Amino acid sequence: MENESGALSRVVGLFSARGYNIESLSVAPTDDDSLSRLTLVTSGSEQIIEQIIKQLNKLIEIVKVSDLSDFKYIEREMMLLKVEAKHTDAITSIKQVADIFRGKIIDLSNKTFTIEVSGQGEKLDAFLEAMQDQIIIEVVRSGCIGIARGSNSLKI
Amino acid sequence: MELSGAKIFVESLKAEGVDTIFGYPGGAVLFLYDELDKAAADIDHILVRHEQAAIHAAEGYAKSTNKVGVAIVTSGPGATNAVTGIADAHLDSVPLVVFTGQVPRALIGNDAFQEVDIIGITRPCVKHNFLVKSLEDLAPTIKKAFYIASTGRPGPVLIDIPKDITDGKEKCEFEYPEEVNIRSYNPNNKGNPRQIRLAADALLEAKTPILYTGGGVILSGASSELTELARMLNYPVTNTLMGLGAFPASDPQFVGMLGMHGTYEANMAMHKSDLVVAIGSRFDDRVTGNIEKFCPNAKIIHVDIDPASISKNVMVDIPIVGDVKQVLADLIDELKKRNEKPDKEANTEWWNTINEWRKTDCLRYDQGEELITAQYVIDKLWQLTHGDAFVCSDVGQHQMWAAQYYRFDKPNRWINSGGLGTMGFGLPSAMGVQLAHPDETVACITGDGSIQMCIQELATCLQYQLPLNIISLNNGYLGMVRQWQEFFYQKRYAMSYMDSLPDFVKLAEAYGHVGLQIKNPADVEGALKEAIDNKQRLYFLDFITNPEENVYPMIPAGAGQNEMILV
Ligand SMILES: Cc1cc2nc3c(=O)[nH]c(=O)nc-3n(C[C@H](O)[C@H](O)[C@H](O)COP(=O)(O)OP(=O)(O)OC[C@H]3O[C@@H](n4cnc5c(N)ncnc54)[C@H](O)[C@@H]3O)c2cc1C
Ligand SMILES: Cc1ncc(C[n+]2csc(CCOP(=O)(O)OP(=O)(O)O)c2C)c(N)n1
Repeated sequence: MENESGALSRVVGLFSARGYNIESLSVAPTDDDSLSRLTLVTSGSEQIIEQIIKQLNKLIEIVKVSDLSDFKYIEREMMLLKVEAKHTDAITSIKQVADIFRGKIIDLSNKTFTIEVSGQGEKLDAFLEAMQDQIIIEVVRSGCIGIARGSNSLKI
Repeated sequence: MELSGAKIFVESLKAEGVDTIFGYPGGAVLFLYDELDKAAADIDHILVRHEQAAIHAAEGYAKSTNKVGVAIVTSGPGATNAVTGIADAHLDSVPLVVFTGQVPRALIGNDAFQEVDIIGITRPCVKHNFLVKSLEDLAPTIKKAFYIASTGRPGPVLIDIPKDITDGKEKCEFEYPEEVNIRSYNPNNKGNPRQIRLAADALLEAKTPILYTGGGVILSGASSELTELARMLNYPVTNTLMGLGAFPASDPQFVGMLGMHGTYEANMAMHKSDLVVAIGSRFDDRVTGNIEKFCPNAKIIHVDIDPASISKNVMVDIPIVGDVKQVLADLIDELKKRNEKPDKEANTEWWNTINEWRKTDCLRYDQGEELITAQYVIDKLWQLTHGDAFVCSDVGQHQMWAAQYYRFDKPNRWINSGGLGTMGFGLPSAMGVQLAHPDETVACITGDGSIQMCIQELATCLQYQLPLNIISLNNGYLGMVRQWQEFFYQKRYAMSYMDSLPDFVKLAEAYGHVGLQIKNPADVEGALKEAIDNKQRLYFLDFITNPEENVYPMIPAGAGQNEMILV
């Protein structure tokens, strides 16, 4: 969509006005300064998804819409997690779980670990689940982003 | 040449060919008004008495001319007063450009005096809106706004202009852009040839087809193409409320309006059809009734310029995205190329069935000697104006009777609020129509409830000498509400009685017009005649009508099109 203030609120407003749900949303500028890319995860019957796409296309500031699930695609989300070990011997277990999920410990204090993990949403869910034995202080998720596999692309 | 923002505003309007602008001044737009006043030779500014009326008047102007209607209001309360009109234009796809003043840029977001976020407030009810952030952007923004408002599916576009952009402290080079290029907005006018061929196949195969045509035909200026197509095939045509006049009502192929208060024959023909050809109509719930029961045996072709209209409420078999005028021209060409003709025998049989339904005579009414019936008044109006007047309506029972009994033969003559159903629309929209057509007869059909929602505009009518014919069908009730309460709330008439009605005759006189009260059926014709013949004065005709009259036929909520209440 056009990299202009107001464009995002049109998208979000459309979803709330028409009663569509937003499961996750992420927006950032692209290599082209005039454009930003928005990735939104929603659900609904085929007819609803078709309406959502048509309604999005009607917004003047939306340049192009693509349903990634029409393609083979790659999906990623990043999570930052701050945990506190329940006992001192739990520290190794935190490191192990982080390793299994290919997480990176990116910050430490005398009590807490901050871990970065990325992957598909379900992987992040599983990671959180595995950390339930510890004291979870804070969870930050970026929302999902995605891209089509192979040579398919959303390019203007 | 370097110009101030206010001057650029006026020059841009001139470049767009704007001859009339409806508005109301206030602090944030004073620089604009200063320049507008100097441009009075080119642009007529019409001073309304409430901002809602400015928008409705611009709608009346637009709907009766197919040109873009233009309005200007101040920031804060001026802008919020305009919102009802803007939402109305949005639902009925009326091309408008609305200018709102805004507080100076440095104050935006500070809860400044008369500041509202009108961009945020109107976002869900405009086709698009713009906040002008720099003087250089002003002319290109106006160009884009007119382009967006008038192309594709038309609609209202709002431009919010901060006061300091117009104050002249800063100037910039003015050149009105010749073209617009918006990469993400390219309406598609031409229908896909393959879809048009499929439509032609379906049209030739159909045994019990019907053309269901709507406001899009009028917006597209495609009445003659529609008439040619219909005559070529000898298929029945029904119009939505918004499409009335797109096909001549006096044509034997016309089966009347369809939907909640449509004719028996139109709704039955829809229900029994094997092919529904929707042309510039949007399957509104007032038309379809219960969607589960809608046209059970029909294949559906849908021609619409807005892809989002297609398969929104009803799944369509042959979608054609494009402008009605072009698509119908292509479809007619395609049919002319074919050797086949529609099945003649099936066609005769279909017309026999339709003519049987017609015999129910679902719009008959009895005008006795005591109480005036609303239907009779409209029928007489139709006769006396030879079906050639511009008829604007408010919202309620009177609107439905106007739609049923004023048989429109020409497009753009029936001006009403269908999508939003805005009481108060009638009088100001009639002002816009009369200003666009100074020599034509313009009637405003209204009720005792609706007329009071924008009654202050009687002053505007005096100022600009608009000889409207206001036809008030005064039943002493919020009739449409009372009808629903009679049918569905066991006659509990909660708040639908209009107590303490003013003396409309005195009221009209107080505003400087002619007021007449008509109680006797024998006086109806004379009063109408007097009003219509007088091209100088506005007449407020207050017809005291039968208070408990209902609009028939009616499809109750949840019922199918074949389940009508007849009388
Ligand atoms: C009290 C009340 C009762 C009502 N009862 C009825 C009733 O009994 N029957 C009835 O029909 N309505 C009734 N209505 C009106 C109803 O609410 C809708 O406004 C109306 O049915 C919509 O008409 P339409 O389908 O013609 O669409 P419109 O609102 O006129 O929309 C036009 C359609 O055409 C498309 N279009 C626009 N321009 C073009 C173009 N150039 N080319 C191609 N397509 C184009 C648009 O995208 C849109 O889909 C009632 C309203 C009120 C207030
Ligand atoms: C602004 C607004 N408020 C409320 C309504 C709901 N409403 C629809 S019809 C109607 C009654 C209209 O009464 P009147 O103008 O007297 O016309 P009648 O039905 O009696 O012909 C009402 C209140 C509306 N359509 N618009």
